[in-house]
Amino acid sequence: MGETLKRRAAAYGLLLPGTAWLVVFFLIPLYFLGRLSLNVNLGTYYPFDWHWQNYSDALGLYDTQFFRSFEYSIAATLICLVLAYPLAYAIAFKAGKWRHAMLLAVVAPFFTTYLIRTISWVTILSDESPVVDVLKFLQIAPDGRVLATAPAVIAGLVYNYLPFMVLPIYASLERLDTRLMEAAKDLYANTATTFFKVTLPLSAPGVVAGTLLTFIPATGDYVNAQFLGGSNNQMIGNVIQSLYLKQSDYPAAAALSFVLMAIILIIVLIYIRFAGSEALMGEEGAAA
Amino acid sequence: MSSRASAPTRFWGWLREHAVMIVGLLVIAYMLVPIVVIFVFSFNDPAGRYNFTWVGFTLEHWKNVFGIPELNEALWVSIKLALLATLISTVIGTMMALALVRHQFFGRRAANFLIVIPMATPEIVMGSSLLSFFLILGTPALGFQTLLIAHVMFCISFVVVVVRSRLIGFDRRLEEAARDLGANSFETFRLVTLPLILPGVFGGAMLAFALSIDDFVISNFNAGTEVTFPLYIFGAFQRGVPVEVNCIAMILFGVTVVAMVFTTLQQRRAEKMASIRPEQEELPPGAVTEIAAT
Repeated sequence: MGETLKRRAAAYGLLLPGTAWLVVFFLIPLYFLGRLSLNVNLGTYYPFDWHWQNYSDALGLYDTQFFRSFEYSIAATLICLVLAYPLAYAIAFKAGKWRHAMLLAVVAPFFTTYLIRTISWVTILSDESPVVDVLKFLQIAPDGRVLATAPAVIAGLVYNYLPFMVLPIYASLERLDTRLMEAAKDLYANTATTFFKVTLPLSAPGVVAGTLLTFIPATGDYVNAQFLGGSNNQMIGNVIQSLYLKQSDYPAAAALSFVLMAIILIIVLIYIRFAGSEALMGEEGAAA
Repeated sequence: MSSRASAPTRFWGWLREHAVMIVGLLVIAYMLVPIVVIFVFSFNDPAGRYNFTWVGFTLEHWKNVFGIPELNEALWVSIKLALLATLISTVIGTMMALALVRHQFFGRRAANFLIVIPMATPEIVMGSSLLSFFLILGTPALGFQTLLIAHVMFCISFVVVVVRSRLIGFDRRLEEAARDLGANSFETFRLVTLPLILPGVFGGAMLAFALSIDDFVISNFNAGTEVTFPLYIFGAFQRGVPVEVNCIAMILFGVTVVAMVFTTLQQRRAEKMASIRPEQEELPPGAVTEIAAT
Protein backbone atom coordinates (compact mmCIF):
# COMPACT_ATOMS: atom_id res chain seq x y z
CA MET A 1 0.00 0.00 0.00
CA GLY A 2 2.70 2.41 1.06
CA GLU A 3 4.71 1.34 -1.96
CA THR A 4 1.93 2.21 -4.45
CA LEU A 5 1.43 5.56 -2.80
CA LYS A 6 5.12 6.27 -3.02
CA ARG A 7 5.18 5.27 -6.68
CA ARG A 8 2.21 7.46 -7.47
CA ALA A 9 3.83 10.38 -5.67
CA ALA A 10 7.00 9.77 -7.68
CA ALA A 11 5.00 9.90 -10.93
CA TYR A 12 3.36 13.19 -10.06
CA GLY A 13 6.66 14.58 -8.81
CA LEU A 14 8.33 13.77 -12.12
CA LEU A 15 5.43 15.22 -14.03
CA LEU A 16 5.02 18.41 -12.06
CA PRO A 17 7.68 20.80 -13.43
CA GLY A 18 6.91 20.14 -17.09
CA THR A 19 3.16 20.22 -16.61
CA ALA A 20 3.40 23.44 -14.62
CA TRP A 21 5.55 25.05 -17.31
CA LEU A 22 3.15 24.06 -20.09
CA VAL A 23 0.06 25.10 -18.14
CA VAL A 24 1.47 28.47 -17.06
CA PHE A 25 3.23 29.40 -20.30
CA PHE A 26 1.09 27.67 -22.90
CA LEU A 27 -2.50 27.11 -21.69
CA ILE A 28 -2.94 30.21 -19.54
CA PRO A 29 -1.51 32.50 -22.27
CA LEU A 30 -4.18 31.13 -24.61
CA TYR A 31 -6.77 32.34 -22.11
CA PHE A 32 -5.04 35.73 -22.04
CA LEU A 33 -5.06 35.81 -25.83
CA GLY A 34 -8.82 35.31 -25.76
CA ARG A 35 -9.20 37.95 -23.09
CA LEU A 36 -7.07 40.48 -24.94
CA SER A 37 -9.17 39.95 -28.05
CA LEU A 38 -12.17 41.28 -26.11
CA ASN A 39 -10.43 44.43 -24.94
CA VAL A 40 -11.30 47.74 -26.48
CA ASN A 41 -8.52 49.62 -28.23
CA LEU A 42 -8.42 53.20 -26.93
CA GLY A 43 -5.11 54.01 -28.57
CA THR A 44 -2.92 54.12 -25.51
CA TYR A 45 -4.61 51.65 -23.22
CA TYR A 46 -6.81 48.62 -23.70
CA PRO A 47 -9.44 48.02 -21.02
CA PHE A 48 -11.38 44.75 -20.96
CA ASP A 49 -14.91 45.28 -22.26
CA TRP A 50 -16.34 42.13 -23.90
CA HIS A 51 -15.67 43.98 -27.12
CA TRP A 52 -16.85 41.32 -29.61
CA GLN A 53 -16.77 43.89 -32.35
CA ASN A 54 -13.01 43.30 -32.62
CA TYR A 55 -13.81 40.01 -34.30
CA SER A 56 -16.22 41.36 -36.90
CA ASP A 57 -13.94 44.35 -37.58
CA ALA A 58 -10.79 42.28 -37.92
CA LEU A 59 -12.42 39.60 -40.05
CA GLY A 60 -14.07 42.21 -42.25
CA LEU A 61 -10.76 43.95 -42.84
CA TYR A 62 -8.54 40.93 -43.31
CA ASP A 63 -10.74 38.22 -44.78
CA THR A 64 -8.64 38.22 -48.00
CA GLN A 65 -5.49 37.37 -46.08
CA PHE A 66 -7.33 34.66 -44.18
CA PHE A 67 -8.58 32.93 -47.30
CA ARG A 68 -5.20 33.37 -48.96
CA SER A 69 -3.42 31.71 -46.01
CA PHE A 70 -5.56 28.61 -46.29
CA GLU A 71 -5.28 28.60 -50.08
CA TYR A 72 -1.48 28.73 -49.91
CA SER A 73 -1.11 26.26 -47.07
CA ILE A 74 -3.47 23.71 -48.63
CA ALA A 75 -1.67 24.03 -51.98
CA ALA A 76 1.70 23.67 -50.24
CA THR A 77 0.51 20.64 -48.27
CA LEU A 78 -0.74 18.86 -51.40
CA ILE A 79 2.47 19.59 -53.33
CA CYS A 80 4.52 18.41 -50.33
CA LEU A 81 2.55 15.17 -50.29
CA VAL A 82 3.12 14.56 -54.00
CA LEU A 83 6.87 15.22 -53.64
CA ALA A 84 7.38 13.54 -50.28
CA TYR A 85 5.66 10.22 -50.92
CA PRO A 86 7.97 9.01 -53.72
CA LEU A 87 11.00 10.18 -51.74
CA ALA A 88 9.86 8.41 -48.55
CA TYR A 89 9.05 5.31 -50.62
CA ALA A 90 12.48 5.38 -52.28
CA ILE A 91 14.24 5.72 -48.92
CA ALA A 92 12.20 2.94 -47.32
CA PHE A 93 12.31 0.35 -50.13
CA LYS A 94 14.88 1.29 -52.75
CA ALA A 95 17.76 3.00 -50.99
CA GLY A 96 19.49 -0.04 -49.51
CA LYS A 97 22.74 1.02 -47.91
CA TRP A 98 22.10 4.63 -48.92
CA ARG A 99 19.14 4.86 -46.56
CA HIS A 100 20.97 6.74 -43.81
CA ALA A 101 22.65 9.12 -46.24
CA MET A 102 19.29 9.97 -47.82
CA LEU A 103 17.65 10.51 -44.44
CA LEU A 104 20.51 12.80 -43.50
CA ALA A 105 19.92 14.76 -46.70
CA VAL A 106 16.23 15.11 -45.78
CA VAL A 107 17.01 16.66 -42.40
CA ALA A 108 20.05 18.61 -43.64
CA PRO A 109 18.00 21.79 -44.31
CA PHE A 110 17.24 21.92 -40.57
CA PHE A 111 20.95 22.37 -39.94
CA THR A 112 20.90 25.83 -41.45
CA THR A 113 18.88 28.69 -40.07
CA TYR A 114 15.29 28.83 -41.33
CA LEU A 115 15.55 32.51 -42.28
CA ILE A 116 18.80 32.05 -44.22
CA ARG A 117 17.32 29.11 -46.12
CA THR A 118 14.36 31.25 -47.10
CA ILE A 119 16.57 34.17 -48.06
CA SER A 120 18.56 31.72 -50.16
CA TRP A 121 15.39 31.25 -52.21
CA VAL A 122 15.30 35.00 -52.73
CA THR A 123 18.72 34.62 -54.33
CA ILE A 124 17.63 31.65 -56.42
CA LEU A 125 14.44 33.33 -57.64
CA SER A 126 15.75 36.88 -57.96
CA ASP A 127 15.08 38.61 -61.26
CA GLU A 128 18.60 38.14 -62.68
CA SER A 129 19.07 34.54 -61.62
CA PRO A 130 19.65 31.78 -64.20
CA VAL A 131 16.72 29.80 -62.76
CA VAL A 132 14.34 32.62 -63.63
CA ASP A 133 15.90 32.87 -67.12
CA VAL A 134 15.11 29.20 -67.69
CA LEU A 135 11.57 29.64 -66.41
CA LYS A 136 11.12 32.64 -68.69
CA PHE A 137 12.44 30.65 -71.62
CA LEU A 138 9.97 27.86 -70.85
CA GLN A 139 7.19 30.45 -70.67
CA ILE A 140 6.48 29.42 -67.08
CA ALA A 141 7.14 32.92 -65.79
CA PRO A 142 5.65 35.04 -68.57
CA ASP A 143 5.74 38.26 -66.56
CA GLY A 144 9.47 37.76 -66.19
CA ARG A 145 9.22 37.68 -62.42
CA VAL A 146 8.96 34.90 -59.91
CA LEU A 147 9.60 36.82 -56.71
CA ALA A 148 6.56 38.56 -55.25
CA THR A 149 4.14 36.04 -56.76
CA ALA A 150 1.93 33.39 -55.19
CA PRO A 151 3.95 30.46 -56.68
CA ALA A 152 7.11 31.84 -55.05
CA VAL A 153 5.46 31.90 -51.62
CA ILE A 154 3.99 28.43 -52.10
CA ALA A 155 7.35 27.08 -53.31
CA GLY A 156 8.97 28.52 -50.20
CA LEU A 157 6.37 26.90 -47.96
CA VAL A 158 6.79 23.57 -49.77
CA TYR A 159 10.54 23.75 -49.36
CA ASN A 160 10.48 24.67 -45.68
CA TYR A 161 7.92 22.06 -44.59
CA LEU A 162 8.86 19.17 -46.89
CA PRO A 163 10.90 17.28 -44.24
CA PHE A 164 7.86 17.31 -41.93
CA MET A 165 5.99 15.41 -44.64
CA VAL A 166 8.79 13.03 -45.62
CA LEU A 167 9.75 11.80 -42.14
CA PRO A 168 6.34 10.55 -40.87
CA ILE A 169 5.55 8.90 -44.22
CA TYR A 170 8.95 7.24 -44.19
CA ALA A 171 8.39 6.08 -40.60
CA SER A 172 5.09 4.42 -41.47
CA LEU A 173 6.44 2.84 -44.67
CA GLU A 174 9.49 1.52 -42.87
CA ARG A 175 7.31 -0.23 -40.29
CA LEU A 176 5.19 -1.77 -43.02
CA ASP A 177 5.32 -5.56 -43.32
CA THR A 178 6.74 -6.08 -46.82
CA ARG A 179 5.29 -9.60 -46.90
CA LEU A 180 1.89 -8.01 -47.44
CA MET A 181 3.14 -6.42 -50.63
CA GLU A 182 4.62 -9.73 -51.73
CA ALA A 183 1.33 -11.45 -50.94
CA ALA A 184 -0.49 -8.94 -53.16
CA LYS A 185 1.92 -9.75 -56.00
CA ASP A 186 1.44 -13.49 -55.47
CA LEU A 187 -2.28 -12.90 -55.80
CA TYR A 188 -1.63 -11.32 -59.21
CA ALA A 189 -2.08 -7.70 -58.26
CA ASN A 190 -0.06 -5.47 -60.57
CA THR A 191 2.22 -2.74 -59.23
CA ALA A 192 -0.46 -0.05 -59.26
CA THR A 193 -3.07 -2.23 -57.56
CA THR A 194 -0.57 -3.31 -54.91
CA PHE A 195 0.28 0.29 -54.24
CA PHE A 196 -3.28 1.63 -54.03
CA LYS A 197 -4.80 -1.37 -52.22
CA VAL A 198 -1.96 -2.30 -49.87
CA THR A 199 0.92 0.14 -49.51
CA LEU A 200 -0.97 3.43 -49.53
CA PRO A 201 -3.71 2.43 -47.02
CA LEU A 202 -1.10 0.99 -44.66
CA SER A 203 0.95 4.16 -44.78
CA ALA A 204 -2.13 6.33 -44.10
CA PRO A 205 -1.09 7.20 -40.51
CA GLY A 206 2.15 8.66 -41.85
CA VAL A 207 0.27 10.62 -44.50
CA VAL A 208 -2.16 11.99 -41.92
CA ALA A 209 0.64 12.99 -39.55
CA GLY A 210 2.68 14.51 -42.39
CA THR A 211 -0.19 16.56 -43.80
CA LEU A 212 -0.98 17.93 -40.34
CA LEU A 213 2.66 18.72 -39.56
CA THR A 214 2.84 20.61 -42.86
CA PHE A 215 -0.57 22.25 -42.92
CA ILE A 216 -0.58 23.64 -39.37
CA PRO A 217 2.70 25.57 -39.44
CA ALA A 218 2.29 26.57 -43.10
CA THR A 219 -1.03 28.29 -42.37
CA GLY A 220 0.46 30.45 -39.64
CA ASP A 221 3.74 31.09 -41.47
CA TYR A 222 4.65 34.63 -42.39
CA VAL A 223 8.36 34.43 -43.16
CA ASN A 224 7.88 33.02 -46.67
CA ALA A 225 5.25 35.60 -47.58
CA GLN A 226 7.46 38.33 -46.12
CA PHE A 227 10.57 37.41 -48.11
CA LEU A 228 9.23 35.75 -51.25
CA GLY A 229 5.83 37.43 -51.65
CA GLY A 230 4.76 40.92 -52.58
CA SER A 231 2.08 43.08 -51.01
CA ASN A 232 -0.55 40.96 -52.79
CA ASN A 233 0.72 37.74 -51.23
CA GLN A 234 0.60 38.63 -47.54
CA MET A 235 -0.83 35.91 -45.31
CA ILE A 236 -2.73 36.22 -42.05
CA GLY A 237 0.52 35.70 -40.13
CA ASN A 238 1.94 38.85 -41.65
CA VAL A 239 -1.14 40.79 -40.55
CA ILE A 240 -1.05 39.45 -36.99
CA GLN A 241 2.66 40.14 -36.74
CA SER A 242 2.31 43.67 -38.00
CA LEU A 243 -0.71 44.48 -35.82
CA TYR A 244 1.11 43.25 -32.73
CA LEU A 245 4.60 44.54 -33.29
CA LYS A 246 4.24 47.58 -35.54
CA GLN A 247 0.77 49.02 -35.04
CA SER A 248 0.25 47.93 -31.42
CA ASP A 249 -3.39 47.11 -32.19
CA TYR A 250 -3.31 44.25 -29.72
CA PRO A 251 -7.04 43.50 -29.47
CA ALA A 252 -7.46 43.12 -33.25
CA ALA A 253 -4.28 41.05 -33.49
CA ALA A 254 -5.40 38.81 -30.65
CA ALA A 255 -8.81 38.35 -32.27
CA LEU A 256 -7.21 37.28 -35.57
CA SER A 257 -4.80 34.96 -33.78
CA PHE A 258 -7.66 33.38 -31.85
CA VAL A 259 -9.75 32.86 -34.98
CA LEU A 260 -6.74 31.35 -36.78
CA MET A 261 -6.25 28.86 -33.98
CA ALA A 262 -9.95 28.03 -33.83
CA ILE A 263 -10.21 27.40 -37.59
CA ILE A 264 -7.07 25.25 -37.61
CA LEU A 265 -8.37 23.30 -34.62
CA ILE A 266 -11.72 22.67 -36.31
CA ILE A 267 -10.05 21.55 -39.56
CA VAL A 268 -7.68 19.26 -37.66
CA LEU A 269 -10.52 17.74 -35.61
CA ILE A 270 -12.64 17.08 -38.70
CA TYR A 271 -9.61 15.65 -40.47
CA ILE A 272 -8.62 13.23 -37.71
CA ARG A 273 -12.27 12.28 -37.22
CA PHE A 274 -12.10 10.89 -40.76
CA ALA A 275 -8.52 9.71 -40.72
CA GLY A 276 -8.22 8.28 -37.20
CA SER A 277 -6.50 9.78 -34.19
CA GLU A 278 -3.55 7.36 -33.93
CA ALA A 279 -1.54 9.45 -36.35
CA LEU A 280 -1.66 12.62 -34.30
CA MET A 281 -1.31 11.19 -30.83
CA GLY A 282 1.08 8.40 -31.77
CA GLU A 283 0.38 4.79 -30.82
CA GLU A 284 1.19 5.63 -27.24
CA GLY A 285 -1.50 8.30 -27.09
CA ALA A 286 -4.08 6.16 -28.84
CA ALA A 287 -3.44 3.31 -26.45
CA ALA A 288 -3.75 5.46 -23.35
CA MET B 1 13.84 -8.65 -70.69
CA SER B 2 16.11 -10.26 -73.25
CA SER B 3 19.61 -9.05 -73.92
CA ARG B 4 18.61 -8.44 -77.52
CA ALA B 5 16.18 -5.67 -76.52
CA SER B 6 16.96 -2.47 -78.39
CA ALA B 7 18.67 0.42 -76.65
CA PRO B 8 15.56 2.63 -76.31
CA THR B 9 13.54 -0.27 -74.88
CA ARG B 10 16.28 -0.95 -72.40
CA PHE B 11 16.36 2.72 -71.50
CA TRP B 12 12.60 2.88 -70.84
CA GLY B 13 12.81 -0.35 -68.86
CA TRP B 14 15.57 1.10 -66.73
CA LEU B 15 13.61 4.32 -66.27
CA ARG B 16 10.51 2.41 -65.14
CA GLU B 17 12.57 0.36 -62.72
CA HIS B 18 14.22 3.39 -61.14
CA ALA B 19 11.47 6.02 -61.56
CA VAL B 20 10.72 6.27 -57.83
CA MET B 21 14.39 6.67 -56.97
CA ILE B 22 14.90 9.30 -59.66
CA VAL B 23 11.95 11.35 -58.38
CA GLY B 24 13.27 10.89 -54.83
CA LEU B 25 16.73 12.14 -55.78
CA LEU B 26 15.25 15.14 -57.60
CA VAL B 27 13.28 16.04 -54.46
CA ILE B 28 16.46 15.71 -52.41
CA ALA B 29 18.23 17.98 -54.87
CA TYR B 30 15.43 20.52 -54.38
CA MET B 31 16.02 20.33 -50.64
CA LEU B 32 19.77 20.74 -50.90
CA VAL B 33 20.00 23.48 -53.55
CA PRO B 34 19.49 26.37 -51.07
CA ILE B 35 22.27 25.03 -48.85
CA VAL B 36 24.64 24.92 -51.81
CA VAL B 37 23.60 28.48 -52.70
CA ILE B 38 24.28 29.65 -49.13
CA PHE B 39 27.70 28.01 -49.30
CA VAL B 40 28.61 29.43 -52.72
CA PHE B 41 27.39 32.92 -51.82
CA SER B 42 29.52 32.92 -48.66
CA PHE B 43 32.44 33.44 -51.09
CA ASN B 44 30.67 36.18 -53.01
CA ASP B 45 32.02 39.69 -53.24
CA PRO B 46 28.75 41.63 -53.67
CA ALA B 47 28.86 45.01 -55.35
CA GLY B 48 26.32 46.68 -53.08
CA ARG B 49 24.71 45.81 -49.80
CA TYR B 50 22.67 42.96 -51.25
CA ASN B 51 24.13 39.49 -51.61
CA PHE B 52 21.66 38.28 -54.25
CA THR B 53 23.72 38.22 -57.46
CA TRP B 54 27.09 36.63 -58.02
CA VAL B 55 29.86 39.19 -58.54
CA GLY B 56 33.19 37.57 -57.79
CA PHE B 57 35.08 35.17 -55.54
CA THR B 58 36.61 36.35 -52.28
CA LEU B 59 37.70 34.86 -48.97
CA GLU B 60 37.35 38.26 -47.31
CA HIS B 61 34.11 37.44 -45.49
CA TRP B 62 35.42 34.15 -44.17
CA LYS B 63 38.40 36.00 -42.72
CA ASN B 64 36.03 38.56 -41.23
CA VAL B 65 33.45 36.04 -39.90
CA PHE B 66 33.42 37.45 -36.40
CA GLY B 67 34.16 41.03 -37.43
CA ILE B 68 30.64 42.45 -37.07
CA PRO B 69 29.98 43.32 -33.41
CA GLU B 70 26.15 43.31 -33.57
CA LEU B 71 26.19 39.97 -35.33
CA ASN B 72 28.54 38.49 -32.72
CA GLU B 73 26.36 39.77 -29.95
CA ALA B 74 23.22 38.32 -31.53
CA LEU B 75 24.95 34.99 -32.04
CA TRP B 76 26.13 34.95 -28.44
CA VAL B 77 22.60 35.70 -27.17
CA SER B 78 21.27 32.85 -29.32
CA ILE B 79 23.88 30.39 -28.05
CA LYS B 80 23.34 31.33 -24.40
CA LEU B 81 19.60 31.13 -24.85
CA ALA B 82 19.75 27.79 -26.64
CA LEU B 83 22.08 26.26 -24.03
CA LEU B 84 19.88 27.34 -21.13
CA ALA B 85 16.64 26.39 -22.86
CA THR B 86 18.12 23.01 -23.78
CA LEU B 87 19.31 22.34 -20.25
CA ILE B 88 15.97 23.22 -18.62
CA SER B 89 13.73 21.57 -21.20
CA THR B 90 15.83 18.41 -21.30
CA VAL B 91 15.72 17.92 -17.53
CA ILE B 92 12.00 18.69 -17.29
CA GLY B 93 11.14 16.76 -20.44
CA THR B 94 13.10 13.66 -19.41
CA MET B 95 11.31 13.65 -16.05
CA MET B 96 7.95 13.85 -17.85
CA ALA B 97 8.90 11.05 -20.23
CA LEU B 98 9.94 8.84 -17.30
CA ALA B 99 6.63 9.47 -15.57
CA LEU B 100 4.61 8.78 -18.71
CA VAL B 101 6.32 5.55 -19.70
CA ARG B 102 6.83 3.97 -16.31
CA HIS B 103 3.86 4.97 -14.23
CA GLN B 104 0.15 4.46 -14.47
CA PHE B 105 -1.64 7.36 -12.87
CA PHE B 106 -4.80 9.37 -13.02
CA GLY B 107 -4.52 12.15 -15.59
CA ARG B 108 -2.10 10.35 -17.88
CA ARG B 109 -4.24 11.01 -20.92
CA ALA B 110 -4.50 14.69 -20.04
CA ALA B 111 -0.72 14.87 -19.64
CA ASN B 112 -0.24 13.25 -23.06
CA PHE B 113 -2.66 15.73 -24.55
CA LEU B 114 -0.88 18.67 -22.92
CA ILE B 115 2.34 17.52 -24.59
CA VAL B 116 0.79 17.10 -28.03
CA ILE B 117 -1.11 20.38 -28.36
CA PRO B 118 1.88 22.75 -28.34
CA MET B 119 3.25 20.77 -31.29
CA ALA B 120 -0.08 21.13 -33.10
CA THR B 121 -0.36 24.87 -32.50
CA PRO B 122 0.97 27.33 -35.09
CA GLU B 123 3.99 29.19 -33.79
CA ILE B 124 2.34 32.52 -34.39
CA VAL B 125 -0.48 31.62 -31.99
CA MET B 126 2.00 30.52 -29.31
CA GLY B 127 4.09 33.64 -29.81
CA SER B 128 1.16 36.03 -29.77
CA SER B 129 -0.57 34.38 -26.80
CA LEU B 130 2.62 34.53 -24.73
CA LEU B 131 3.04 38.17 -25.68
CA SER B 132 -0.57 38.85 -24.62
CA PHE B 133 0.16 37.09 -21.34
CA PHE B 134 3.27 39.18 -20.65
CA LEU B 135 1.56 42.40 -21.77
CA ILE B 136 -1.44 41.93 -19.50
CA LEU B 137 0.61 40.81 -16.51
CA GLY B 138 3.12 43.60 -17.15
CA THR B 139 5.93 41.36 -15.90
CA PRO B 140 8.54 40.10 -16.55
CA ALA B 141 9.78 42.80 -18.92
CA LEU B 142 10.27 41.51 -22.46
CA GLY B 143 13.86 40.40 -23.01
CA PHE B 144 16.12 37.44 -22.33
CA GLN B 145 13.89 36.08 -19.53
CA THR B 146 10.75 36.02 -21.64
CA LEU B 147 12.70 34.46 -24.52
CA LEU B 148 13.95 31.73 -22.21
CA ILE B 149 10.45 31.05 -20.89
CA ALA B 150 9.12 30.81 -24.45
CA HIS B 151 11.93 28.59 -25.72
CA VAL B 152 11.69 26.11 -22.86
CA MET B 153 7.92 26.02 -23.44
CA PHE B 154 8.13 24.96 -27.09
CA CYS B 155 11.08 22.59 -26.55
CA ILE B 156 9.56 20.48 -23.75
CA SER B 157 7.13 18.52 -25.94
CA PHE B 158 9.81 17.55 -28.43
CA VAL B 159 12.18 16.37 -25.69
CA VAL B 160 9.38 14.26 -24.16
CA VAL B 161 8.58 12.65 -27.51
CA VAL B 162 12.22 11.77 -28.28
CA VAL B 163 13.10 10.48 -24.80
CA ARG B 164 9.83 8.55 -24.52
CA SER B 165 10.55 6.68 -27.74
CA ARG B 166 13.89 5.53 -26.27
CA LEU B 167 12.35 4.53 -22.94
CA ILE B 168 9.72 2.26 -24.47
CA GLY B 169 12.25 -0.40 -25.42
CA PHE B 170 14.03 -0.21 -22.08
CA ASP B 171 14.71 -3.50 -20.29
CA ARG B 172 13.56 -2.86 -16.72
CA ARG B 173 15.22 -6.06 -15.51
CA LEU B 174 18.57 -4.25 -15.65
CA GLU B 175 17.36 -1.85 -12.96
CA GLU B 176 15.95 -4.67 -10.89
CA ALA B 177 19.30 -6.41 -11.09
CA ALA B 178 21.02 -3.28 -9.81
CA ARG B 179 18.59 -3.13 -6.87
CA ASP B 180 19.22 -6.77 -6.11
CA LEU B 181 22.91 -6.02 -5.99
CA GLY B 182 22.23 -3.45 -3.29
CA ALA B 183 22.07 -0.19 -5.19
CA ASN B 184 19.63 2.38 -3.84
CA SER B 185 17.19 4.27 -6.11
CA PHE B 186 19.57 7.10 -6.78
CA GLU B 187 22.52 4.84 -7.52
CA THR B 188 20.34 2.70 -9.77
CA PHE B 189 19.29 5.78 -11.68
CA ARG B 190 22.78 7.21 -11.96
CA LEU B 191 24.63 3.99 -12.78
CA VAL B 192 22.08 2.02 -14.80
CA THR B 193 19.08 4.01 -16.00
CA LEU B 194 20.81 7.22 -17.00
CA PRO B 195 23.64 5.69 -19.05
CA LEU B 196 21.11 3.57 -20.96
CA ILE B 197 18.67 6.36 -21.74
CA LEU B 198 21.46 8.89 -22.29
CA PRO B 199 21.49 8.61 -26.10
CA GLY B 200 17.76 9.37 -26.12
CA VAL B 201 18.24 12.25 -23.70
CA PHE B 202 21.10 13.52 -25.82
CA GLY B 203 18.96 13.24 -28.95
CA GLY B 204 16.18 15.20 -27.26
CA ALA B 205 18.68 17.82 -26.10
CA MET B 206 20.07 18.20 -29.62
CA LEU B 207 16.61 18.67 -31.04
CA ALA B 208 15.81 21.25 -28.35
CA PHE B 209 19.04 23.11 -29.10
CA ALA B 210 18.34 23.10 -32.83
CA LEU B 211 14.77 24.33 -32.34
CA SER B 212 15.84 27.06 -29.96
CA ILE B 213 18.76 28.44 -31.93
CA ASP B 214 16.65 28.49 -35.10
CA ASP B 215 13.48 29.95 -33.67
CA PHE B 216 12.30 33.16 -35.23
CA VAL B 217 8.52 33.51 -34.96
CA ILE B 218 8.03 33.06 -31.22
CA SER B 219 11.20 35.04 -30.46
CA ASN B 220 10.06 37.88 -32.68
CA PHE B 221 7.02 38.32 -30.44
CA ASN B 222 8.71 38.00 -27.08
CA ALA B 223 12.19 39.45 -27.52
CA GLY B 224 11.55 43.07 -26.63
CA THR B 225 14.81 44.76 -27.56
CA GLU B 226 16.92 41.61 -27.23
CA VAL B 227 18.33 40.45 -30.58
CA THR B 228 18.96 36.78 -31.36
CA PHE B 229 20.75 35.46 -34.44
CA PRO B 230 17.53 34.89 -36.47
CA LEU B 231 16.17 38.26 -35.33
CA TYR B 232 19.38 39.92 -36.48
CA ILE B 233 18.98 38.36 -39.93
CA PHE B 234 15.36 39.44 -40.12
CA GLY B 235 16.31 42.99 -39.16
CA ALA B 236 19.18 43.03 -41.65
CA PHE B 237 17.07 41.74 -44.56
CA GLN B 238 15.80 45.14 -45.66
CA ARG B 239 19.16 46.86 -45.59
CA GLY B 240 21.06 43.81 -46.91
CA VAL B 241 22.22 40.73 -45.04
CA PRO B 242 26.03 40.75 -44.67
CA VAL B 243 27.87 37.86 -46.35
CA GLU B 244 29.33 36.90 -42.95
CA VAL B 245 25.87 35.56 -42.06
CA ASN B 246 26.31 32.93 -44.79
CA CYS B 247 29.68 31.96 -43.33
CA ILE B 248 28.22 31.60 -39.84
CA ALA B 249 25.32 29.58 -41.23
CA MET B 250 27.81 27.21 -42.86
CA ILE B 251 29.82 26.91 -39.62
CA LEU B 252 26.62 26.04 -37.72
CA PHE B 253 25.78 23.56 -40.49
CA GLY B 254 29.18 21.86 -40.15
CA VAL B 255 28.97 21.68 -36.36
CA THR B 256 25.47 20.17 -36.56
CA VAL B 257 26.49 17.53 -39.08
CA VAL B 258 29.41 16.48 -36.87
CA ALA B 259 27.13 16.37 -33.81
CA MET B 260 24.56 14.32 -35.74
CA VAL B 261 27.12 11.76 -36.87
CA PHE B 262 28.53 11.58 -33.34
CA THR B 263 25.06 10.98 -31.79
CA THR B 264 24.22 8.31 -34.35
CA LEU B 265 27.43 6.46 -33.57
CA GLN B 266 26.84 6.83 -29.81
CA GLN B 267 23.32 5.52 -30.20
CA ARG B 268 24.54 2.46 -32.07
CA ARG B 269 27.11 1.81 -29.35
CA ALA B 270 24.46 2.12 -26.65
CA GLU B 271 22.16 -0.24 -28.52
CA LYS B 272 24.96 -2.76 -28.72
CA MET B 273 25.72 -2.35 -25.03
CA ALA B 274 22.09 -2.82 -24.08
CA SER B 275 21.78 -5.96 -26.17
CA ILE B 276 24.83 -7.67 -24.64
CA ARG B 277 23.69 -9.84 -21.78
CA PRO B 278 25.22 -12.89 -20.18
CA GLU B 279 23.84 -16.20 -21.34
CA GLN B 280 20.87 -17.00 -19.20
CA GLU B 281 17.95 -19.29 -19.02
CA GLU B 282 14.65 -17.66 -19.80
CA LEU B 283 13.00 -16.78 -16.49
CA PRO B 284 9.25 -16.95 -16.27
CA PRO B 285 7.75 -13.45 -16.40
CA GLY B 286 7.38 -12.02 -12.93
CA ALA B 287 10.13 -14.19 -11.47
CA VAL B 288 12.55 -11.31 -11.38
CA THR B 289 10.05 -9.09 -9.63
CA GLU B 290 9.44 -11.77 -7.05
CA ILE B 291 13.15 -12.16 -6.44
CA ALA B 292 13.51 -8.41 -6.20
CA ALA B 293 10.67 -8.18 -3.72
CA THR B 294 12.24 -10.58 -1.23
